[in-house]
Amino acid sequence: MSSSIQHPPRSYRRRVSTYWWLGRWPYLKFILRELSSISVTWFVVQTLLQISALSRGPTQYMEFEAWLRRPIVLSLNAVSFFFIVFHAVTWFNLAPKAMAIRVGGKRVPSLLIAAPNYLAWLVASVAVAWIVLRG
Amino acid sequence: MAEAITLEVTRYHPERDEEPSLQSDEVPLRKEWVVLDALNYVKDKVDGTLSFRWSCRMGICGSCGMMVNGAPKLTCATFLSDYAPGPVRIAPLDNFPVIRDLVVDISDFLIKLSRAKPWLIRKREKPLSEGEYLQTADELDTYKQFSMCINCMLCYAACPVYGLDPLFSGPAAIALAQRYNLDSRDEGSNQRLDILSHSDGIWGCTFVGECTEVCPKNVDPAGAIQQYKLTATKEWMKSFLMPWGGGE
Repeated sequence: MSSSIQHPPRSYRRRVSTYWWLGRWPYLKFILRELSSISVTWFVVQTLLQISALSRGPTQYMEFEAWLRRPIVLSLNAVSFFFIVFHAVTWFNLAPKAMAIRVGGKRVPSLLIAAPNYLAWLVASVAVAWIVLRG
Repeated sequence: MAEAITLEVTRYHPERDEEPSLQSDEVPLRKEWVVLDALNYVKDKVDGTLSFRWSCRMGICGSCGMMVNGAPKLTCATFLSDYAPGPVRIAPLDNFPVIRDLVVDISDFLIKLSRAKPWLIRKREKPLSEGEYLQTADELDTYKQFSMCINCMLCYAACPVYGLDPLFSGPAAIALAQRYNLDSRDEGSNQRLDILSHSDGIWGCTFVGECTEVCPKNVDPAGAIQQYKLTATKEWMKSFLMPWGGGE
């Protein structure tokens, strides 16, 4: 007696591991870029708390400043700053892929698309540094 | 055998095995050999039951895509000596059901590809007597990169979105749709818009970008998808601001 053969044959589908993003650096880099949104949220919340403290008077603002100087908050802000820079750099480097600008029938080189982003970042950072540090 | 290298090849027999296993074979390590040559050596000299797809041996047919040490590669364009001293682990393409050994079921990709309508669509075909549809070199240049796709599916194997959500249209199908959208002879971009601008289409892409990195023909599917996101957003804005019909 011949054995019955399934048609189409049974196939094997591998399950994607929950930790698929640990397997290769590009995947980990992608996940870190996505996670950097938490750092963005953290800085937004911190700015809102700062504005709130400012509106409540000098004493509350001094307390807020003291809180900012706590080692745990300083460490958190240092890590968050790293993630913000990581996000900006990886995102600016990806920008040329999304923007296929053609001038005179030729595609504008990637460097010319990425460079204005970095320039705008630099100008904004210098402007903010000037406002914060001049007094 | 002067010098040898070990291949660890995934074996799976659908009527016998519950899950794939590894088979180790020694093959000669020759400078001019690609991974596909080593697989053909195993099939010819060691174990004739090993199944894998291949055809042209020159990076055109797109048949011999496999995972080589965890990365999607065309085995005809991947030198064995780059993996010395070995072992070299060869597995079927990730994210596809395995039919047997290194052969995957590509039906899902073919369905998605045909949905993207990767052919020239004309509102009205002109008669042959009027001649061909002419195109300048610059017009050709706008889509040429995307037209280099050989449907090898390495981009699907590299895409974690497709792995996690098999409904996602995937990189190559979208890149090929964009190839025809950008073609000056095509008039079918509106027909592709609904399919591409769907949650399973371009918006499913989270821009991991590995599809572009693994593409053996430098097609840049990730770029095609992000560029189409801009196009779809512009079309949506147009339909929102001019609901009486700003488009065609």
